Amino acid sequence: MAIIPLERKPLTLAERTYIPQILGGLKTTLARLLKPTETLEYPEQRPAIPSGYRGVPTLVRDPNGREKCVSCQLCEFVCPPKAIRITPGSIPVDAPTAHVEKAPQAFDIDMLRCIYCGLCQEVCPEEAIFLQAQYSMSGYTREEMVNHKDRLYELGGTLPDQHHKWDKKLAAEKHGNAH
Amino acid sequence: MIAPPKPDLVTVNIDGREIAVPKGTNVIEAARLVGVDVPHYCYHPKLTVVGNCRMCLIEMGLPAVDPATKAPIADPATGKQKINWIPRPQIGCATYASPGLHIRTQTPQVKDCREGVMEFLLINHPLDCPICDQAGECKLQEQSTGYGRGYSRFIEQKNVKPKRTLLGSRVMLDDERCILCSRCIRFSKEIAKDDVLGFIDRGSYSTLTCYPGKKLENNYSLNTVDICPVGALTSTDFRFKMRVWFLKQTNSIDTETSVGANTVVWSREGQIYRITPRRNDEVNDTWMPDSGRELYKTVRAPDRLTAIKVNGVDSGLDIAVHAAAEIFKASAGALAVVGSGRSSVEEQFLTKKLAAALQAPAQLVSRVGKGDDILVSADRNPNVRGALVTGLIASLPEPKLTDLASQIDAGRIKAVVAINEDLAAAGLTATQLAKVSIVHLGTHASATSAAAKVVLPTLTVFEKSGTFVNQQFRIQKFFQAVPAAAGATDDLVVLAKLVAAAGGPSLASDLASLWKIIAAEVSALGTMTFANLPETGLLLDATPWAALPFAEGATLHHKPAQPAAAATA
Repeated sequence: MAIIPLERKPLTLAERTYIPQILGGLKTTLARLLKPTETLEYPEQRPAIPSGYRGVPTLVRDPNGREKCVSCQLCEFVCPPKAIRITPGSIPVDAPTAHVEKAPQAFDIDMLRCIYCGLCQEVCPEEAIFLQAQYSMSGYTREEMVNHKDRLYELGGTLPDQHHKWDKKLAAEKHGNAH
Repeated sequence: MIAPPKPDLVTVNIDGREIAVPKGTNVIEAARLVGVDVPHYCYHPKLTVVGNCRMCLIEMGLPAVDPATKAPIADPATGKQKINWIPRPQIGCATYASPGLHIRTQTPQVKDCREGVMEFLLINHPLDCPICDQAGECKLQEQSTGYGRGYSRFIEQKNVKPKRTLLGSRVMLDDERCILCSRCIRFSKEIAKDDVLGFIDRGSYSTLTCYPGKKLENNYSLNTVDICPVGALTSTDFRFKMRVWFLKQTNSIDTETSVGANTVVWSREGQIYRITPRRNDEVNDTWMPDSGRELYKTVRAPDRLTAIKVNGVDSGLDIAVHAAAEIFKASAGALAVVGSGRSSVEEQFLTKKLAAALQAPAQLVSRVGKGDDILVSADRNPNVRGALVTGLIASLPEPKLTDLASQIDAGRIKAVVAINEDLAAAGLTATQLAKVSIVHLGTHASATSAAAKVVLPTLTVFEKSGTFVNQQFRIQKFFQAVPAAAGATDDLVVLAKLVAAAGGPSLASDLASLWKIIAAEVSALGTMTFANLPETGLLLDATPWAALPFAEGATLHHKPAQPAAAATA
């Protein structure tokens, strides 16, 4: 490869004094001083979270307080970093939601592994897992960074269910057949 | 055209490809041979054909002949014999190969038929997939993806049928999911010979149920769960335990009897969740007994031996082998070896080497129960014939070790090596056990492990690989499904170390090297290696043992050479 020597221009007098550059910098600083601030005093001030934000994954209940997760384990299967761990279980026959049959015995999400990709939310056939607005997780031990089922429901709260699939199912079961 | 086929073969044409198949083969099986999938639900290769699901509809044609002269009619366009296509679709399962049969499976008419059948099957099918155990191995899921229309036009209310019905203690029925294929009914009637299932009500209200007062409780009931193409029948044991797509499949053998039913062990991260049958047309077809499916529970049983013990104190392998060597030395000439019909061929070979090194007689303990003429034979040891083939024993074992007991009483036997056998269960009293020094290799706690001077915990069949010789003298291999339990050592390692401690040769303890030695020394296995043994097993020459009075009666694919000896226990 050919070597092309570049001629560097000699600095002018003004450039050698640095004064125009300093003044230029000070102008920017002074202009910012008069404008409103754009930074936040985190953690006292918190940013507004846009809708569709992918924060900490949580489990949600339907308006009747029923846990929506049926432990189908699709999120566990799809989770790229294998952060989700589910122990499936059955709902006791005397429970009011016995017709749903299945619910998780244990549901753990390891937040040290989670990459907030949202595939769990996307794959969930029951709309039970949502990445919500919380973005900050901290703890002193690895165990503290694993969200267990009760914590996941505490974080998740209740989300309105548009379909009432299982309520319809129960109503149909009570109604019986047309004949 | 092509060369005339052999007399028992007929040439059929499937999607333009010619294939010679045995006469009587149906279109589904013939298409499978050319790699064409004909979707079906009710057809099962080991059950009678009923043709009620209509999923396997195909187009069929036969070569045209002149009605009067029977002379072939040529198609002027191609110059070949004309094919008369039947204008309406036919079912593939009940259409059998006949000379010149032409089949089309990819035409618009067939596609429409499949979409129509799928749509009707899904009309009343509940949206249960998230809670259905069949999801992931469900024919309805697979075929609605492969052949369905992709959306539903049904807006009316779906049928309500009984859910969560227990048909027996092991089988749970969900009638809403049932597509009325009747495989379970036919299985119960034809294979299990226990006719308890049937349909009641008509039309879209048809419901599978047990006959009044009957239950699906026979020892083959879980096969109905295996053959159910949807999630209508599920196993109460496996229900809601784990999704099938997480499970690793390992080929294994049912060790409960000498039938040696081929199985698949389904495990995830070292835990076994279920055992299902594996097709072997020479041994168990596609079935296995329910009792064999429970055996995985022994792996994590609370009475599992988990620590090497010398004189009741926890110890290490080398110390224990040294202690065993001391016992061998102290009791030289007064030793006995009790091997097991539950050990693999390789272990029995090493047991024989151990007996030879100790100059001790070797014996097995027989277990005889009642056979059921299907897949449970009278001999409850999976591998007595392996001991015959390797030469560990020359005659059939007795259920009780009376000879050993009397020799212990007489003081002629001072030490016993008990491998995978509980001597107390084999007829030795507690005082007799106390009189001898016992070196015990075993998996679970027993009177023998409690009385033994040296206890070496070994592996269950799910934690090791090896071979068994079944009642047909078919040698079949099984593979390690889960890692060894903590504290347990591979039987082959322990036995090889004991052989060396007894002054015998230094033997390999891995299967590949050990099989070289076995092949060199055991003439019946001369051409074999573990690797080249086919998945369906290899039939050995049984003539040297043809005169022995084996306990087994006839089972599914076995007819005893000798009339069954009177059961002794």
